[in-house]
Amino acid sequence: MILAWLISILFVGGIGAWLSEKSNPELPRVIALATILLDLLLVVLMLVAPGALGLDAAAQADLGEPGQWLVLYSSEWIPRFGISFIFGADGLGLLLITLTVFLGLVSLGSAWHEIKERTGFFYFNLLWTLAGVIGVFTALDMFLFFFFWEVMLIPMYFIIAIWGHENKEYAATKFFIFTQVSGMLMLLSILVLVFFHFQDAGEITFSYFDLLGTNIPPGYAFWVMLGFFLAFATKLPTVPMHNWLPDAHSQAPTAGSVILAGILLKTGAYGLIRFAIPLFPQATAAFAPTAMLLGVISILYTAKVAFAQNDLKRLIAYTSVSHMGFVMLGIYAWTSQGVQGAVMTMLAHGLSAAALFMLAGGLQHRIHTRQMDEMGGLWGAAPKMGFMALFFTVAAVGMPGLGNFIGEFLVLLGAFRISVAAAAAAAIGMVVAAVYSLIVIQKVFHGENTHKLELKDLTTIEMICFGMMMIGLLWMGLYPQSMLDMSEPTLRSLGVLFFQ
Amino acid sequence: MTSNLIIDLMQIIMLTATTVVVMVTAAFKRDHAVVCGLTVFGLFASLMTFLLIKPVLPFAATELLMIDEYSLFFSNLIIVGAIAVALLAYPYFRNHSAQNEEFYILLLTATLGAVVLACSNHFVAFLLGVEILGISLYAMIAYTVHDTSSAKFPLEAGIKYLILSALASAITLFGIALVYAFLGTMGFDEIPAALEAAGEPGPVFIIGVLMIVAGAAFKLSLVPFHIWTPDVYEGAPVPVTAYLATVSKAAMLAVTLRLLLASNALEFNAVTAVLTVMAAASMIVGNLLAVMQENTKRLLAYSSIAHLGYLMVVVVAAAQVENALSVEATSFYMLAYFIMSLAGFAVISAISSSVKELDQLSDFRGLFWRNTWLSSVLIIVLFSLAGIPLTAGFIGKFYIFSIGVEGELWFLLTILIIGSAIGLYYYLRLIYTMMQPPESISNDPAAMQIPAGVQVVLVTMTIAIIYLGVYPAPMINTLQSLSGAF
Repeated sequence: MILAWLISILFVGGIGAWLSEKSNPELPRVIALATILLDLLLVVLMLVAPGALGLDAAAQADLGEPGQWLVLYSSEWIPRFGISFIFGADGLGLLLITLTVFLGLVSLGSAWHEIKERTGFFYFNLLWTLAGVIGVFTALDMFLFFFFWEVMLIPMYFIIAIWGHENKEYAATKFFIFTQVSGMLMLLSILVLVFFHFQDAGEITFSYFDLLGTNIPPGYAFWVMLGFFLAFATKLPTVPMHNWLPDAHSQAPTAGSVILAGILLKTGAYGLIRFAIPLFPQATAAFAPTAMLLGVISILYTAKVAFAQNDLKRLIAYTSVSHMGFVMLGIYAWTSQGVQGAVMTMLAHGLSAAALFMLAGGLQHRIHTRQMDEMGGLWGAAPKMGFMALFFTVAAVGMPGLGNFIGEFLVLLGAFRISVAAAAAAAIGMVVAAVYSLIVIQKVFHGENTHKLELKDLTTIEMICFGMMMIGLLWMGLYPQSMLDMSEPTLRSLGVLFFQ
Repeated sequence: MTSNLIIDLMQIIMLTATTVVVMVTAAFKRDHAVVCGLTVFGLFASLMTFLLIKPVLPFAATELLMIDEYSLFFSNLIIVGAIAVALLAYPYFRNHSAQNEEFYILLLTATLGAVVLACSNHFVAFLLGVEILGISLYAMIAYTVHDTSSAKFPLEAGIKYLILSALASAITLFGIALVYAFLGTMGFDEIPAALEAAGEPGPVFIIGVLMIVAGAAFKLSLVPFHIWTPDVYEGAPVPVTAYLATVSKAAMLAVTLRLLLASNALEFNAVTAVLTVMAAASMIVGNLLAVMQENTKRLLAYSSIAHLGYLMVVVVAAAQVENALSVEATSFYMLAYFIMSLAGFAVISAISSSVKELDQLSDFRGLFWRNTWLSSVLIIVLFSLAGIPLTAGFIGKFYIFSIGVEGELWFLLTILIIGSAIGLYYYLRLIYTMMQPPESISNDPAAMQIPAGVQVVLVTMTIAIIYLGVYPAPMINTLQSLSGAF
């Protein structure tokens, strides 16, 4: 029930923020802050003292293996189709929920001074996106999952379409159509899955627990799996479905980019780990080499494309696709290190990409351009900003001691066991990453300030946000075991290969 | 027995009585408000008689009409639609210079025809219903013909509908004649037995059925019988467009489905093949042409072509799956489509009047910031039409998908996904237009004041869309009971 609360608080807070605009345009952001802090408090309590919330084993719904879920709630919704509300969180889910709420706070910080117009509706959309994402991370009924999958899409569309930059209509529409169409393919796959389960077991159900282990005729299994894969790979995104991402990112307002890069992309990876692979183990085994190849192509190809960009946000967007290639590679290696690495990369990239987009957004807000050839020598004008940019860039490149390194290292280790060639090719990606990242620092922050740009350095709110993300990355880099321990039971129950 | 007959025909009797009362009232006292009020009251009263009818179902009221849960559901839907149209029509015609009272008489006769259609179980009743509905609609479409500044081409629309509809009726009639020549019966549920007795069905029978299907496809505006739709939708006054899009289609769909299921016509490959082609073509053509439209009425017209195409997927699947499931799916989708369309046209109607119709896409620019409530309704409607969760349209699409999977109609499902993808584009375009900053704040004061009747329609339909989308279980239970009819 606590999970339903987490989601409802955001839904209600969103409506409250929208309504409060009438009385005072400053009020919505305060309400949004209070809402997210309340959620954060609940999440922290769940992590630290689950007992205080009454989350002991006896209180949980009786589904799946006992003890596997920290929280599990189930109740009927549409009995005609065997659809129910099943919310559950295990270690992996909790990690991602924490990331979501945390980045929600960060995106709020980045919007605090930037969004001046129609604030009520903006924070409404922000909170509803977060609610949709938490729903995706906790829903264990396929219908409910699909429902949240779409719910997180609409407010994001509005955020890009209303508060976006010069080419927002194109970007927002493209984002929506890509995600929706691939989502429809997933819906079709879900229904086919349910249909085969019905033929087998004689009951219509959308419950994840019942659908696990459904017998699908071999001719169909591949296509059904592909429906899921396409939806998740579009969201992740992976080449060749990555096309929407650079547009959406470059046009979205800063807070939108933060949420997109930080959280929304991770729903795709989560879907692969939780649904696409465990539901179709045989079909996946046959498909894994292709998926790993796509991952490697994503890493190398988009790294090269990133290098060619002049638009700062587009560049970071392409690097996101490149890093998500590691996630794809690690997941489809399906070994303990590979998937653990993918999870770590998801978390670390969530923070580092969010920080970089916040910097790019902050720069655009201050000097009204994203083109790197119109920048230069900004370190002197804004030293704090320069430092943060350097820190998060080296984090993204994979500096040991920070989270991204742990993630990508583990992915390579895990993939090496399965395919030496793939791991070797992916490792080249890390070298290219250093090239395109350093070029950013050189072009934007080093050299002469030839354009005589003057700008305000980071505000206190921004410093707090960056500080929190720094701490997060350091923690992940120095004490990754705390997170690996959380996700391990989940991965074991999903059937990931563990080596001694 | 006789008393049951009267109770079962209560809705039709009440509608007829209301028509007479309204006509007499209009003859003695020309008062727009009184006539409209009487109409709404009469419609509401005949709607409420379903409480009396329900306990004595199913009942074959003469050879011609079959009153059962199925027909009652569609009759209720039709009458609710008529009430909504009457509520939209009052503010719309308020400033109309000519006489308005006759409009409500036409509305009532059209509704009578639609209810007869929904209940018909015999070709005679079928034709009777089609003609009562059609002839009333000719006049309704061209109603504002003397008002130069109103809907642009009412006369063109009226004539177009008259000629094409008459042609469609003639084709239907010929088809009925062929079927009768072969079978010697006109009752829907007598067809299977007659077919068995007549032996191998020759081309005469198949062609006859296909001609009837073509006539129905005209009313349902399925491709390639859709040409009239955008022009008539655009030319007709908004309330009439709403009526055409909802009531007329629901009635026709009800009778077509009953005919196809009762007569086992779907067992013939020729019939399913024709339906498959029409479904696929409607989904593609409707969605593709909607992309180009700059007029919201035309846009909704093409979108309705596409939606009827989606519905035909269920009808085609009915050949493979149980009748009960396809009836349930069709009714739900029709219900969802009905509500969405009514709400959509109510929004256009709220900013229009017979004096000035604001139906261009550019008229909606910045509506979200000028009138948040009104445009929120339209956004919900558009998301519902696009099949996004939290709305009735999603559950409807879910039904179509699941029935398509069960019938293993992979080709039609692929077309459905492609069609929906194109559909998203133009729905989003309208939403985006509304989200743009308005050109000037005091652009249109009329948009700020929504007449009470329209407001009622907007509120009810919006609540219905969300309610059916979030908690469809009760409605699904109701719809499951409909299938007892087959």
